Amino acid sequence: MVQCSQYVLLRWHNTNLNKHVLTLCVCALRRQRALKPGQSPYRALLETLELTNTKLTLQLINDNNKVRLLLELYRLQGNMTRVKINELKPLKPRFEVPDVLINDPPTEPLSLLSRDENGVVLSLGADSQRLIVSAKPFRLDIMEGREVLLSLNSRGLLAFEHLRILEDGMWEETFKSHTDSKPNGPSSISLDFSLPGVENVYGIPEHADSLKLKATDGGDPYRLFNLDVFQYEVFNPMALYGAIPVMLSHSAQRTMGIFWLNAAETWVDISSNTAGKVRPTHTQSTPQTDVRWISESGIIDVFIMLGPTPTDVFSQYASLTGTQAFPPLSALAYHQCRWNYNDQEDVAAVDQGFDDHDIPYDFIWLDIEHTDGKRYFTWDPHKFPQPKDMLQGLLDKRRKMVTIVDPHIKVDSSYKIHNEIRSKGFYVKSKDGGDYEGWCWPGNSGYPDFTNPEMRAWWASMFAYDQYEGSMENMYTWNDMNEPSVFNGPEVTMHKDALHGNWENRDLHNLYGLYVQRATAEGLIERSGGVERPFVLARAFFAGSQRYGAVWTGDNAAEWEHLKISIPMCLSLSLVGVSFCGADVGGFFKSPSTELLVRWYQTGAYQPFFRAHAHLDTPRREPWLFGPENTALIREAVRQRYALLPYWYQLFYHAHHSGQPVMRPLWVEYPQDTATFSMDDQFLLGEDLLVHPVTEEGARGVTAYLPGKGEVWFDVHTFQKHNGAQNLYIPVTISSIPVFQRGGSIIPRKARVRRSSSCMEHDPYTLFVALSPKRFAQGELYIDDGHTFNFDKQKQFIHRRFSFANNALSSSQLEFEFDASMSVLTLRKPGVNAGLDWTVVLQ
Amino acid sequence: MSCALLLLLMSLALAMGTGAAVEIQRPRGVPLSKRQFYEENKPFTCLDGSSTIPFDRVNDDYCDCRDGSDEPGTAACPNGSFHCTNAGFRPAFIPSSRINDGICDCCDTTDEYNSGATCQNTCREMGRKERESLQIMAEITKEGFLLKQQLIHEAKRGQEDKQGKLTELQGSKKGLEEKVEALRTVKETAEDPEKEAKERHLKAWEEQKELLRMEKDKTRMAEAFLELDDDADGYVSVAELQSHLELDPDSDGSLSETETQVSQGQSEPPAPVETPQEESRDFVSDHDSDHYPEDYAGEEEEDVEDDEEDDHDEEEEEEKVTPEKREDDEVSMPPYDTETQSLIDGTYSHLQSLICDPECISICRNLEKEIGFDFGPSAEFAYLYSQCYELSTSEYIYRLCPFNRVSQKPKFGGSETNLGLWGQWAGPEGNLYSVMKYDHGQGCWQGPNRSTTVKLTCGKETVVTSTSEPSRCEYLMEFTTPAVCQEPASLDEVLHGHTEL
Repeated sequence: MVQCSQYVLLRWHNTNLNKHVLTLCVCALRRQRALKPGQSPYRALLETLELTNTKLTLQLINDNNKVRLLLELYRLQGNMTRVKINELKPLKPRFEVPDVLINDPPTEPLSLLSRDENGVVLSLGADSQRLIVSAKPFRLDIMEGREVLLSLNSRGLLAFEHLRILEDGMWEETFKSHTDSKPNGPSSISLDFSLPGVENVYGIPEHADSLKLKATDGGDPYRLFNLDVFQYEVFNPMALYGAIPVMLSHSAQRTMGIFWLNAAETWVDISSNTAGKVRPTHTQSTPQTDVRWISESGIIDVFIMLGPTPTDVFSQYASLTGTQAFPPLSALAYHQCRWNYNDQEDVAAVDQGFDDHDIPYDFIWLDIEHTDGKRYFTWDPHKFPQPKDMLQGLLDKRRKMVTIVDPHIKVDSSYKIHNEIRSKGFYVKSKDGGDYEGWCWPGNSGYPDFTNPEMRAWWASMFAYDQYEGSMENMYTWNDMNEPSVFNGPEVTMHKDALHGNWENRDLHNLYGLYVQRATAEGLIERSGGVERPFVLARAFFAGSQRYGAVWTGDNAAEWEHLKISIPMCLSLSLVGVSFCGADVGGFFKSPSTELLVRWYQTGAYQPFFRAHAHLDTPRREPWLFGPENTALIREAVRQRYALLPYWYQLFYHAHHSGQPVMRPLWVEYPQDTATFSMDDQFLLGEDLLVHPVTEEGARGVTAYLPGKGEVWFDVHTFQKHNGAQNLYIPVTISSIPVFQRGGSIIPRKARVRRSSSCMEHDPYTLFVALSPKRFAQGELYIDDGHTFNFDKQKQFIHRRFSFANNALSSSQLEFEFDASMSVLTLRKPGVNAGLDWTVVLQ
Repeated sequence: MSCALLLLLMSLALAMGTGAAVEIQRPRGVPLSKRQFYEENKPFTCLDGSSTIPFDRVNDDYCDCRDGSDEPGTAACPNGSFHCTNAGFRPAFIPSSRINDGICDCCDTTDEYNSGATCQNTCREMGRKERESLQIMAEITKEGFLLKQQLIHEAKRGQEDKQGKLTELQGSKKGLEEKVEALRTVKETAEDPEKEAKERHLKAWEEQKELLRMEKDKTRMAEAFLELDDDADGYVSVAELQSHLELDPDSDGSLSETETQVSQGQSEPPAPVETPQEESRDFVSDHDSDHYPEDYAGEEEEDVEDDEEDDHDEEEEEEKVTPEKREDDEVSMPPYDTETQSLIDGTYSHLQSLICDPECISICRNLEKEIGFDFGPSAEFAYLYSQCYELSTSEYIYRLCPFNRVSQKPKFGGSETNLGLWGQWAGPEGNLYSVMKYDHGQGCWQGPNRSTTVKLTCGKETVVTSTSEPSRCEYLMEFTTPAVCQEPASLDEVLHGHTEL
């Protein structure tokens, strides 16, 4: 008990007495936050400077304790700078995050511009960018011309708790009934970043908070620590299920990003000289945002993405961690879930219910109750005696199923999965070397060590059709509880001193969930011989998780606030690579009012992952249970989703191809329009559709902001035209979903909505051409088989660009009608093949 | 093209032929009844009259009519429907979106003429199966209906029996009462002097009690007022009343202004009462919250207490805990002199033993209760009364006792769970007696009280055929009984009514 005589307890303000009261010893945070800005004890030892083709290295010394650090600086291709700081001679290696970067990022040479006793100036290549290394105190400034883009350690908050030998006593920390043995003692790290000219920062999901991050002065920092939070609250910086340590900064001049590659528990403090103030007009002070990152262990490894545009930052981040997995087309359609569909008859009845009420759906989901006693990869023999018959029944309707496979494994010597993991030594170990065990749904459970590549390969092989009995090609997977959730663990998760090989959970905690989803996705690929694209939904995630599937915002509640927060939550994820995001439609806990349910369907229909889900204790809420009017409203919302699937698919192709987000805050497309910077009640899909869902109870109207001077926007339902750069009041009824198409765009749809997306495979496309004021429009269409990797491996796809220009087109065989009152021109059956070159001329 | 051209809709076909097969009699997907509207080689007018198009645009895989009527045989119109003749079975309409979607919907396969789906014509087979099941059903209905007649007959007789028995019992009770009355008259005449003495005694006591009561009311009101007058301004405001949730009549957790006014209106207008400050303080600090309802409600004391007792067990406990206080409130009347007492006691105990035979009373009550149930229009469900029916599943034994309760007992040990008590008939309009609702069963953790819906279908036997729990703690039971069998139509009618041959 040497380091932490006094505990700081953060108590999350939970209103419901039933929930776990989360308390946490945050010694590292307390120690780090106790540091005051000012003179940094760190000094650069310029005589140690070495410059090679790929990097610059330099030693730093802490003048207080003489401990030396090693700084490595890299100029990365694509306008990025990487800063790595580790102990020069740590007692033992410190953890460096593996498997997140898709490759060793390619470097560009740095060149030395000048050097004196105070520091060195390096050229960063293009755009007259320079990097200034100041020696005393140590500080880095990245300049472009005369402008400072970003400074590191400018507030002197660099701190590095070096590993040391325990002299007496123990490092151990205790709170409540949990003990953290902390065998390596304190090891936290911290660094500050200053962003002159910046007022807006975004990202660092997952938090149930506004899109624009708030200053944390005087409050709790944003916390990144994957946790199974029971009934989370909105507008709170508390940690949730996933963690992506990536922050974007944005001003009208420039967009940049900071990627803090560390998988330990992390906190982010934000302060701003303009936060909460009316922007001073009479003073000359420029706005500035200061950010400080703190992690409990590991090293400092930070990627500074210098933009300058939002698109550039997305590409830069994608070049480091990869892009969104390209999902099967059907995964973009509607998903029907509930904890739980009780048995095969229930599944068949719900399936039939959708047909009886003419509502399309693609996936029906089975939660934990479908298993034999929460033993994943098995079926309850009474409720699901013939899973293949059930799956075949769905297949006959061209529909699919998802079953849940969680990463906690029932400790039961008659359970094959458990026995194999135990005999292969694949379980996470406790600090004393035995298999780590904790409580979860099945009771006493083991946790496979997904950080071990052999374990992952074995796990993947369990999804083979002959291993996972009763599985078929139309069955996909859901990984819940992959934080991991440990009911009787500290904060409902794994003990930090549990061991993954040589590394403590402390070092890599936030990475566990990514590995679970990765191993599962690889299993689904392997079972098809590498042909089929997988679909895996996970609750916990980390930087890079976008490569493996979809995520959702966890166990939300049937409340209007939760409907509203689903927009900033998914936007924040979209900004840092994860496009395939959604929230439980209707809300997981509690029972929604009919109005809330309808509004949630209308909102969810325009969010990437569209799945209704409900808690076991809530009454049934299949779409047809609320009277014919509400059934019709929900049907219409779902049909709008299906009609727009070609556009969604094309957006996901781009997300996969180039890392551009599907769901975008307005400022991404209108980066100079300051009115958009904190907007999070509306969003863009791609660059051409603007959605302002109705999320207020009893709403009579909404005010949507249509961005862009000189832009025009068309109401997609009425084709009414509105000018950009205005706040537009839109009267709404319960059937309204305000959506606008940008003038100058062409959006493909399928007007024949059928009972599942697969049934629509061969249907014709309808192009919606919305002309710009200059009577021009362009768009595109991406088509492939919808489910295999052939688009990639064999380049089997059609990707066309459409443009409408020069005022006149048609072909002689075409007939058309022109409705002057609506300004809508309909081309009747142009009869063109989507895959060929063609021109249609209007005369 | 001088007008502003802003939106252009254009369909792109993937390489997919339309390959319409030749329909000789009528365009594909048109029912016989609408055949006359689709005359070949004449312009077609949409069935909603919205526009007229050349006939070659009917079923040309492009939607022209707003009502979808020009594309009865293709999937082009979002709101269209397709008619399958289904020769051998019964005809049907399916949504246009199911044409050529690769899934066989019409048993005659006509909906999948161009999707590559291989469908088997199953109409004959389905027709045969349906006829068979209709036949079986008709037989069941027939027999069931006969059984039902019997049930009605028995119910009628049973009811008459019971009514008769009740009348008889009531009659004999009345006879007894009359005899007692006569006896009493005789006795009372003989005991007049005694009676006078008794009345005097009673009157004096009543007067004394009245005085005591008035004094007590006054004190109580003063205390109540001071308690309500939170800001001690000498007036009780609406806000102050609203802060006292114990005055909330609808127990919704808040006192609305209407409610506040009602309670003000009903009690006497509160006036500042001279009460020593210490006394009220003492009361406030000593009080037990369980006493609030009595102390505030004034004249409504009795009602409030009755209502509260059902909901709050604590209240009863409280009564037991403070017996002194109770006695104090209800100062009992001093006894008469012993002679009078023994005389009255003797007479009454004898009379009571004659009239109030407990067994007789319980029979009467049960009979009255049973006669009061709604056993259906002809009391055909009366036979279910006081019966129980069980269904055994892999885990539980379910037990339905109609008009009483539903329960569930684990097969391998464990206690029984109440899944609901008889609530009411809950079928849809016109078929009220097809569904029974049992509610207010055992509470669920984090959920509602358990409830069960029992669906009744016609059968020869009375038996529970299935149970399920579609939502947490909401059970569904299927139950067959002859009592719901309708008078059967003749088999020919049934079959012909459904078949277009």
